[in-house]
Amino acid sequence: MTARLCAHADEAVAGIQDGSTVLVGGFGMAGMPVDLIDALIRQGAKDLTVVSNNAGNGDTGLAALLAKGRVRKVVCSFPRQADSYVFDELYRAGRVELEVVPQGNLAERIRAAGAGIGAFFCPTGAGTLLAEGKETRVIDGRVHVLEYPIKGDVALIGAHRADRMGNLVYRKTARNFGPVMATAATTVIAQVREVVDTGTLDPETVVTPSIYVDRVVQEASA
Amino acid sequence: MNPDRPRAHDERRPLSKHDVAAVLARDIPHGAFVNLGIGRPTLVADHLPADSGVVLHTENGMLNMGPAAHGDAIDPDLTNAGKVPVTELPGAAYFHHADSFAMMRGGHLDICVLGAFQVSAAGDLANWHTGAPDAIPAVGGAMDLAIGAKKVFVTMTLFTRTGAPKLVPRCTYPLTGLGCVDRVYTDLAVFDITPQGVMVRETFGTTVDELAGRLDLPLLPARD
Repeated sequence: MTARLCAHADEAVAGIQDGSTVLVGGFGMAGMPVDLIDALIRQGAKDLTVVSNNAGNGDTGLAALLAKGRVRKVVCSFPRQADSYVFDELYRAGRVELEVVPQGNLAERIRAAGAGIGAFFCPTGAGTLLAEGKETRVIDGRVHVLEYPIKGDVALIGAHRADRMGNLVYRKTARNFGPVMATAATTVIAQVREVVDTGTLDPETVVTPSIYVDRVVQEASA
Repeated sequence: MNPDRPRAHDERRPLSKHDVAAVLARDIPHGAFVNLGIGRPTLVADHLPADSGVVLHTENGMLNMGPAAHGDAIDPDLTNAGKVPVTELPGAAYFHHADSFAMMRGGHLDICVLGAFQVSAAGDLANWHTGAPDAIPAVGGAMDLAIGAKKVFVTMTLFTRTGAPKLVPRCTYPLTGLGCVDRVYTDLAVFDITPQGVMVRETFGTTVDELAGRLDLPLLPARD
């Protein structure tokens, strides 16, 4: 089925259940689907595991969801930033769990989930704290660590444009995690700046084909 | 000057962080694909000559990144790994995160430049976590860069503010990667990590003997 065009972000996030694993796109605020996160806050799902590169910036987006106490666990590569005070306080108070994943493993584990790869071996992190307890194998003379996929119940991603079928194009470095997260969740919800008629996106430039996208909503401010 | 040849020692003063960046920039070959880490490594970009042909990779998904953006040129969709607004140069390309890290992990980058808390004589790198009980660990792309780039250059001060060496026999901070560092650029000297040991390439306002007295590891002098 091709994507459903939603009139409002609240409609786009309807049905997200307590305890879900939510993949959230964005690198800092670039590509962060703020309307969808705000809608998820209103929707009320709690006890969430959030998979994202960072753990929120300032008071908006992911930081706002954390501040509401809806997140049980954060899986990310780089929680600590100059403006990650919401996460920092929750973490120090023991109110949120943290799994730190090397950024390349984060991207590749999500990619693997979307591509039907059961697990993969990679040298990243071998011999470090982040590989403790993980299975290793020497391949071509080098220690590799076994890494398992990260699959989402839901992915919330930001893109630049969608057509009515759900084909997506991105803009500059805001592309970041969108294309891999779009492949790796049961329900993929995209927030875009503009929805255009089917047939007007150049097929050569489509980055996320519609097969991956379940719901699309245009940004409220757009 | 041929970057593969060691240079004669000189009597210059210890280098500022900008001078270290300039020395490192001089050693980047024409046309190299390079990733610069956040902080000190970013300064290297300011010292690459306009005709260097160097292509900068930023882990969030871009090749041929340009300088920082200011004023009207700021675009929230275009940032570097430090989330700082940047610009694009002609020939730039964008790609998603899994591709960006496949580029690193697949050995396609010629050089990455990283900061460090410590580097060991065997080239082990510690730069992501102090190990302090209240520290919030954050690794980002450091472990991927450390194992993936063809050459790993570190830039750091040689001593901490309290005078402890950062080039050490064995790292005491949690490791980022094992045996991954090729060269270390500091305010006092440039070191090559070789299978034979740590070799001093050049010194700034000090001598190999002086350094040997302050570091807890054997130093091999530069070949003449």
